Amino acid sequence: MRDSRFMRMLGLLFAVVLGAALITGCGSTKDDSDSSGGGGSAASADAGKADTSAAIKKGLKVVVMPKQLGNPYEELEDKGTVAAIEETGGSAKIQGPTDAGASSQVSLLRSITQQKPDAIVLAANDPNAIAPVLKQAMQRGVKVVTQDSDAAKDARQIFINQATTQSIGVQLAKQAKSTAGTGEIAVLSATANAPNQNAWIKIMKAELQKPEYQGLKLVKVAYGDDDDQKSFQQAQGLLSAYPNLKSIISPTTVGIAAAARYVSGSKYKGKVAITGLGTPNQMRKFVKDGTVSEFALWNPEDVGYLGGYAAAALASGQISGKQGESFKAGKLGTKTIGADGEIVLGPPTTFTKDNIDKFDF
Amino acid sequence: MSTVATTPTGSAPDRTPGVVRTEDSLLKKVLGRWETLILVLIAVVFAIGSGISSEFLTGESLTTGSSDFTEYAILALPLTLIIATGEIDLSVASVLALSSALMGYLWNQGLPMEAILPICIVAGAVCGLINGWLVTGLGLPSLAVTIGTMALFRGLAFVILGDESVTDFPTDYTDWAFGNFGGTVVPNTIVLFLVLAAIFAVVLHRTPFGRSIFAIGANKEAARFSGLRVNRTQLKLFVLSGAIAALAGILLTLRNSTAAGNVGTGFELTAIAAVVLGGVSIFGGSGTIGGVILALILLGGIQKALNLDPDISTYWVNIVFGILLIGSVLGPNLAARFREARRTRNRGARPFRPGRPAAAPSGPEGEGNTDA
Repeated sequence: MRDSRFMRMLGLLFAVVLGAALITGCGSTKDDSDSSGGGGSAASADAGKADTSAAIKKGLKVVVMPKQLGNPYEELEDKGTVAAIEETGGSAKIQGPTDAGASSQVSLLRSITQQKPDAIVLAANDPNAIAPVLKQAMQRGVKVVTQDSDAAKDARQIFINQATTQSIGVQLAKQAKSTAGTGEIAVLSATANAPNQNAWIKIMKAELQKPEYQGLKLVKVAYGDDDDQKSFQQAQGLLSAYPNLKSIISPTTVGIAAAARYVSGSKYKGKVAITGLGTPNQMRKFVKDGTVSEFALWNPEDVGYLGGYAAAALASGQISGKQGESFKAGKLGTKTIGADGEIVLGPPTTFTKDNIDKFDF
Repeated sequence: MSTVATTPTGSAPDRTPGVVRTEDSLLKKVLGRWETLILVLIAVVFAIGSGISSEFLTGESLTTGSSDFTEYAILALPLTLIIATGEIDLSVASVLALSSALMGYLWNQGLPMEAILPICIVAGAVCGLINGWLVTGLGLPSLAVTIGTMALFRGLAFVILGDESVTDFPTDYTDWAFGNFGGTVVPNTIVLFLVLAAIFAVVLHRTPFGRSIFAIGANKEAARFSGLRVNRTQLKLFVLSGAIAALAGILLTLRNSTAAGNVGTGFELTAIAAVVLGGVSIFGGSGTIGGVILALILLGGIQKALNLDPDISTYWVNIVFGILLIGSVLGPNLAARFREARRTRNRGARPFRPGRPAAAPSGPEGEGNTDA
């Protein structure tokens, strides 16, 4: 008897749930044409025309949002953004979620919109989950800049891209040339199907076909799976299999550190060059002991710095986010907005023993 | 114990007489007025909140603050029932994520929303059935079982959808989940929650089924000997919890128009915090839906107030929630020790049972009387 009562209650509950769902729409499937990514209205309000001669406004209020609090890379970016806003005479506050889930930024962004800042600079955890609330913010005149990780194109005015795939591939080829000169080189990558690394290596290979790289021979692409121990063993394997190797190029921060550690403690030290993408703090001792002469990475602080200046220029009406507009970005010089409101930071920074002590990340 | 009726919903029943009968009147009053304490805290938070930002006491804050709490609130309803029986379900947030991932997967397969929604809820109910069977069928402790299924269901969510996210849900649905009820500032999802809360309140406080929940929580053996089908009741509650968690997953997915396997991490903790803070004894046997709704308002107010101040790190929301949760378990516990100490002094030796402060008949609500 009690059971049937319970079942009726449960049935009622389901009926309410389904009823509520059914009332709101009938027969919609993925193929319907009117489906779109957001609850908010899609119009993005461009606040009038851009006036490139307008001065940067003083006292701008900007909120900076990382993907997640406590992520060291994101903290560097945000440090750059805060520095840029303070240079323009404004104030920037950092507010971020405590986890990096797809929807973790949404509720915080709603509260930030209510604070009515002049601009929001953020790295998106998910391009679409935050799109409706960002659109709402833009409708209220809040300028939205994404950096490092983009939101849906119509949910922000400007995206700061740290580096294009092309520029990294070209950079790796240049490093191969400057460390090896001529002779055999090898690549120590992450996993065999890592999309970033594979795209970079592909461009690097194409670049090596050019006449200025004549005499360089890529003998092997090895995979250390971004695992320190495995990368170490792969570096060891490469050097015993190819005794004439001049340089190992590792486009992953794990691989380059492991290879440098192996070489610095082996008879190959000083004979085989290690280069690629790494962080200064990780590589400092190998640069100091002569194992590594140069390596590269984009500077996360510069990514944030550029995002800060883009936000200030937007909020001051200097730019509106359209392709071809340009603005002064402090120490980074004049930057121009590319297609889809994207600004590329530029080629990665090269670190050598002369400049490595200026960086701390 | 007479403040439940003042909840903004007006739907939470108040069936316990406000009269305190036993001789420990001072203590009983303090414990008995748990909802009063929460109401005072709500007033404090709202006063601080309006000091933090002029945006705090606005319709928009109500809209955004409450819709952000939809999922916690909905998860808290079946959890109230489960915790009142002395069990726990830690897997609710993972069921929520599984439901979201399944929704995204099925949508990608081209199924209509009208088919996807019931499938997700049934899938959630199946998850609950697994929990319930492990707990009641095999007699395993619910804490261990649901820690295991918490990882299991979350893992399944990633298996179903991988690390991608699905976003092209129909605007009819997302607009509903994003929108407000009529022309008011109350979100549609909160109206749905209030309807569910009313049903849960009636079931828990007005039906024999509800009485049996408290009886089981107060003393499982006694409940069994008095002819209650303990396992069967608990199995049903776990199934219910799974189905409701799946519903919460659907709402979260529609509200953000994004289905992903990594949504809702840690939601179970906020939902459980609301239940315990709402005066439901973590040892079972007592509690009210009204108290839980008040606790949700308190936690929602705290989150909104802290988020409106850019100088306050988001970590503080977690810190304050944690302190309140500990306080809500510790408070009655200390009070019970104090009472035992007094009794011992007055009447000589009397067995003290540490760790069961909310022992059946004298729980904070007095709601757990099993002599009915």
